[in-house]
Amino acid sequence: MAHGAGGKASRRLVEGLFAPLLFGDSYEPLGDAAHFAINGASVAVTTDAFVVKPLSFPGGSIGDLAVNGTINDLAVSGARAEALVVTYILEAGLPTDILAAEVHAMAESARSAGVKITGGDTKVVEHGKADRMYITTTGIGSPIRGLKIDARSVRKGDKVLLSGPIGDHGITILLARGDLDFEADLRSDTRSVLPLVEAVARVAAPGLRWMRDPTRGGVATSLNELARDCGLGVCLHEESIPVRDAVRGACELLGLDPLHIANEGQFLAVVAAEYADTAINALNLAPGGEQAQIIGEICDQPAGSVLVSTSYGGSRIVDMLVGDPLPRIC
Amino acid sequence: MKFVDEFREPELVRRTAEEIRRLADPHRHYRLMEVCGGHTHAIYRFGLKDLLPDNIELIHGPGCPVCVLPMGRIDDGLALAMDPNVIFAAFGDMMRVPGASGSPLEHKARGMDVRIVYSPSDALKLARLNPDRHVMFFAIGFETTAPSTALTLMRAKAESIHNFSVFCNHVTIIPAIRAILDSPDMRLDAFIGPGHVSTVIGCRPYEWIVKNEHKPIVVSGFEPLDMLQSIVMLLHQLKKGEARVENQYKRVVPWEGNRAALRAMAEVFQLRPYFEWRGLGFISQSALRVRDEYAEWDAERRFEVPGVRVTDPKAAQCGEVLKGVLKPHQCKLFSRECTPEHPIGALMVSSEGSCAAYYNYEHRKTAMVNIQSSTA
Repeated sequence: MAHGAGGKASRRLVEGLFAPLLFGDSYEPLGDAAHFAINGASVAVTTDAFVVKPLSFPGGSIGDLAVNGTINDLAVSGARAEALVVTYILEAGLPTDILAAEVHAMAESARSAGVKITGGDTKVVEHGKADRMYITTTGIGSPIRGLKIDARSVRKGDKVLLSGPIGDHGITILLARGDLDFEADLRSDTRSVLPLVEAVARVAAPGLRWMRDPTRGGVATSLNELARDCGLGVCLHEESIPVRDAVRGACELLGLDPLHIANEGQFLAVVAAEYADTAINALNLAPGGEQAQIIGEICDQPAGSVLVSTSYGGSRIVDMLVGDPLPRIC
Repeated sequence: MKFVDEFREPELVRRTAEEIRRLADPHRHYRLMEVCGGHTHAIYRFGLKDLLPDNIELIHGPGCPVCVLPMGRIDDGLALAMDPNVIFAAFGDMMRVPGASGSPLEHKARGMDVRIVYSPSDALKLARLNPDRHVMFFAIGFETTAPSTALTLMRAKAESIHNFSVFCNHVTIIPAIRAILDSPDMRLDAFIGPGHVSTVIGCRPYEWIVKNEHKPIVVSGFEPLDMLQSIVMLLHQLKKGEARVENQYKRVVPWEGNRAALRAMAEVFQLRPYFEWRGLGFISQSALRVRDEYAEWDAERRFEVPGVRVTDPKAAQCGEVLKGVLKPHQCKLFSRECTPEHPIGALMVSSEGSCAAYYNYEHRKTAMVNIQSSTA
């Protein structure tokens, strides 16, 4: 199970088994989408499978995630989603109104993001063999002009940007499962980040070095991957990381770190220092980017790791997530 | 966030850290033990060691419930849940703790019905919802969680819910502190007392430490300012050569404890004559068992418990780390064979365990300092 939670085990599975056997010589540092040329035309492609329980939750549902997640994977690789194809795996006996609601959600998310859904496939499996429904979406995109996203281009002194408050999605899901006897006014942050990525690209493309959407495993896992891929350290200032009070409160109660909680509508970017202010201004002016912040910078040390410092002078290393975030009670 | 942010206020934290520097005698080395795993976690989480002078050494104590649980108890609990009719319910803290046959999460992957609950009453709710199954709650924790287990058993009895039982691993903090003080290789100057446990037992039970051992103890909260203020209070006592029990966590801990919680514990539990602690060995009267009046809800009496004894791997030095004799990184297995992904001992599993805390928050930082000093 831990292999799917987005942390260390996931990475080992991909790097140890999938990449060497499937990707062969063309293997490069793991990104969110593959970029290549067909008959001289550049395209980006990505695929993502969605399994979530419950299927719908405050702020969204599996259908929204399936569209936005794939758009976002393309966006942070520096591409604009052009078309999606979708596969549904349905459990026999799934009520049709649930299926209809998810198809509506997908259509609506795709329409508002300006992306076409051009095809798909449906399979039905026996009752009890899938958690009601799974969705896979594959997206094809065209590269955003002037962008070259590569962790290896990251340099000491570059700034780390975050598009908005973290942890909303993961904590919303935790609460929506209904196991916890507390409520909070929280919604999943699921959305397309493409408009925000384009806002940064318009003003700071030459200085935009790396992006990632911190989904499973959270900001900590994404930045640890960056640190490993670029061989440098990522130094964050804890007080500048936007976290809503409800998320902080839930994390305090459950012994979780907001940096490990999943997001579905945020992205991280590393920008050359001279472009950082321009980039953050553009983000702050774009709808939905008001709370974007510079949260840290790239340093020599600790090489390959993420260091978080507090306003009163303490600091700690933040590692990738190991397995799922489990609440701490006793 | 109210009641949290006030205790992380940067200016106050800085001023308190300065006061500690002023109070600490530079010619003296201070060894302070934080008894509670929650404190260990906070020390690393907030990087508090960065704020303390070098001659104040914090020693991590035994107050991490999953860390002190012998491996065999986990295997015993899991063995009872091999029956497909049994639902194994436990706190999230337990899920990755390895028994010899694997952790509860690994058993779940192999098909066992393992559920994470947030309180014992959630486990009882599971029993109500699944009248055809048996729900076994794997109870762990010090006096912090024992009252809620007790109240749940009282409710199960009152409501005559018979498809529910508790596999009781509740332990008590005072005998553990006593065992540490009895350990000949342990030299401590003072204690940072456990905050959550003390909300239940109060401050009186610590008085023997100051009387018999003449060591100060300050019951402390868990925020950066709480812990720093507790250290200030300890330094004041040490400077004057005093040994008193003081309560820094007054906003939560009543001096007399929580009588209702203590009554519930007394109603449901009695002391076991002895109990095995991981790393500390057998300690007499250090754990709770379910009273005869509640025998029907006691998994150990209701089922045949295999009584698994597992010796820790020879190279693992969990016991020395638990007693504070060794620092986590001084264990031979630390970060080599034993990591949070492949834990050998529970200290590497729980975020309250000193090894996991040290691994997650500190050890690469230490490596970094070493690199810098060697290149300087």
